[in-house]
Amino acid sequence: MIYRLALVTLALAAVLGDQAGAEYRFPMPEFESGYERPQMEAPPPKLTSPVVDVALLAGLMALTAFAVLKLRSRNWVLTLMVVSLFYFGFYRKGCVCPVGATQNVFNILIGDGAPVPLLISIFFLLPLIFALYFGRVFCAAVCPLGAIQEACAVQPVQIPRTAENVLGMFAYAYLGLAMLGLYTGTGFLICRYDPFVGFFRLGGSFNMLMAGGVLLVIGIFIARPYCRFLCPYGVLLRWASIFSRRHASVTPAECIQCRLCETSCPYNAINLPTPAVQSEPRRAGARRLGWMLAAMPLVIAAAGLAGVLAHPLLSRLHPVILLAERIAAEQRGDFGDLTIESEAFHASQQSPAELYAQADAVRRRFRAASAAFGVFLGLAFWGRMVRLSVIRKSPDYEIDRGACLSCGRCFAYCPVEKPNDVAA
Amino acid sequence: MDSRDKIDRREFIRAAAVLAAGGGAWMAARPDAEGMVWQIDPAKCIQCGRCATNCVLNPSAVKCVHTYEICGYCDLCSGYLQPGAKARDTGAENELCPVGALKRKFIEEPFYEYTVDEERCFGCAKCVKGCGQFGNGSLHLQIKRDLCVNCNECSIARNCPSDAIRRVPARRGYLFKQWVSGEESEG
Ligand code: SF4
Ligand code: SF4
Ligand code: SF4
Ligand code: SF4
Repeated sequence: MIYRLALVTLALAAVLGDQAGAEYRFPMPEFESGYERPQMEAPPPKLTSPVVDVALLAGLMALTAFAVLKLRSRNWVLTLMVVSLFYFGFYRKGCVCPVGATQNVFNILIGDGAPVPLLISIFFLLPLIFALYFGRVFCAAVCPLGAIQEACAVQPVQIPRTAENVLGMFAYAYLGLAMLGLYTGTGFLICRYDPFVGFFRLGGSFNMLMAGGVLLVIGIFIARPYCRFLCPYGVLLRWASIFSRRHASVTPAECIQCRLCETSCPYNAINLPTPAVQSEPRRAGARRLGWMLAAMPLVIAAAGLAGVLAHPLLSRLHPVILLAERIAAEQRGDFGDLTIESEAFHASQQSPAELYAQADAVRRRFRAASAAFGVFLGLAFWGRMVRLSVIRKSPDYEIDRGACLSCGRCFAYCPVEKPNDVAA
Repeated sequence: MDSRDKIDRREFIRAAAVLAAGGGAWMAARPDAEGMVWQIDPAKCIQCGRCATNCVLNPSAVKCVHTYEICGYCDLCSGYLQPGAKARDTGAENELCPVGALKRKFIEEPFYEYTVDEERCFGCAKCVKGCGQFGNGSLHLQIKRDLCVNCNECSIARNCPSDAIRRVPARRGYLFKQWVSGEESEG
């Protein structure tokens, strides 16, 4: 990827150079019958206007924020969701999407620095900005990946909170892997393993459709598995939403602890009230926090080390590593036949030694990136442990701003009415 | 008062974050980054056949294209005919193309024109290989921009064994093979 882009100009020259060297085996005929050679057709891409895309993204998110915060209507959320499922999903075929755009943007910082079109950076930023002000309204109704899962979640059940917390760590791992993919020049892993894009395009590789199908079937019961346990962009949205200025709330006014909403959220995003009497003395809690702080360097060092140890495995994501391993095995005489890749390699000008040197360079990048990946995961894990061990104090049923997808399911469960309804 | 201050500070941080992110995006984005499209570099393609099967679209957005300027208009076309073909006619058993997408038309003695029926062609590269091995190499594959949905990561590019697919600015036009004059090919 890196050299691919870096060499654009060089390679352009090479195309011409190569052809200049090409010999035509047969002379090009001069026609006597007045025959004219046909023109080569070069139809332009059918691009939709970026302005339309951005306007729809912003407009749909604004309407969703209105539906969630003011109208408090799940039906409106669902309606908007259908619109964006058709536009961003089936019409735009799942591309451009903010989840994938994350890679293009981070690629500037840690990858090969390929220029990013304004449209892509706007797509990356707008949902985050909206999350900072209104919560994850993008997830509620605008994300095509979320929408297709939401449409399948017909029989959602609540899973245990511990499972929710553990599985949620996979999203951090996926985000870390995507960054590793950028830094090492492996490619855009989020796009590569996007499970739903095959449905939007009505076709795709068997594995892709299979993975998507499995997720959707699981999603009938465990609603939105990709969003909760995998989505790398969801991690960023979660953090933006935690600091959101306004956010959907279960109740339009004051919580009366009626418990009616307790089972309404399939995403475990409603925090239960804490018992009025603390189960443990303050001192015990403080001491535990102290231990956790002391353990932080250890957890991080261990995770970083695990990352370094895992780098040979991770590096096999990169095609150069696979090719180098294959060529080395062929040189040892392990294989009788050639793969398409090794055939292409033998036909190229590169020598095995050059390839191995290239592979070593890639491996070194992988070692650094895997260490960072480990540290990142260790930190995320540690942070979550700390959060879980700090005892919140809240007498009410409250929405967990990070986890809430603003889907609007819980609104209808709360029997409390809006204060102005009562007053008027 | 205390909580007011806290809210003000949060507000400030939020606004600062939005401004910084927005400004960063504006500076990072470049106008020349608009409209990059994926194209095959015909000089690098080794006709492995993956273009037919690895595109997210089915049939593939890759089709065979023909640079007529460098075609020899041969009667005995190695892109059109099976290697051991008995006759040079349009019988299916003699054709190299598995779907009969390459059309042959008599122009004048002894020249034939070959055109690609894009509705049928699925980019398998058989004819391209034949033409390149024994002919002038005028048939080649290209990603048709009107079909391609411009994936963020082209799934053929990722699987192409010769790294022949890359992004080029849409303005630059198709990467078609071009005719290069005889003098130049000597030098
Ligand atoms: S969590 Fe990710 S996939 Fe789910 S709706 Fe949000 S952005 Fe989309
Ligand atoms: S995948 Fe690459 S080498 Fe194979 S046919 Fe397509 S462009 Fe050519
Ligand atoms: S042989 Fe393959 S690439 Fe050539 S015209 Fe037929 S289908 Fe297209
Ligand atoms: S960018 Fe996507 S649609 Fe276009 S050729 Fe590549 S895989 Fe096919």
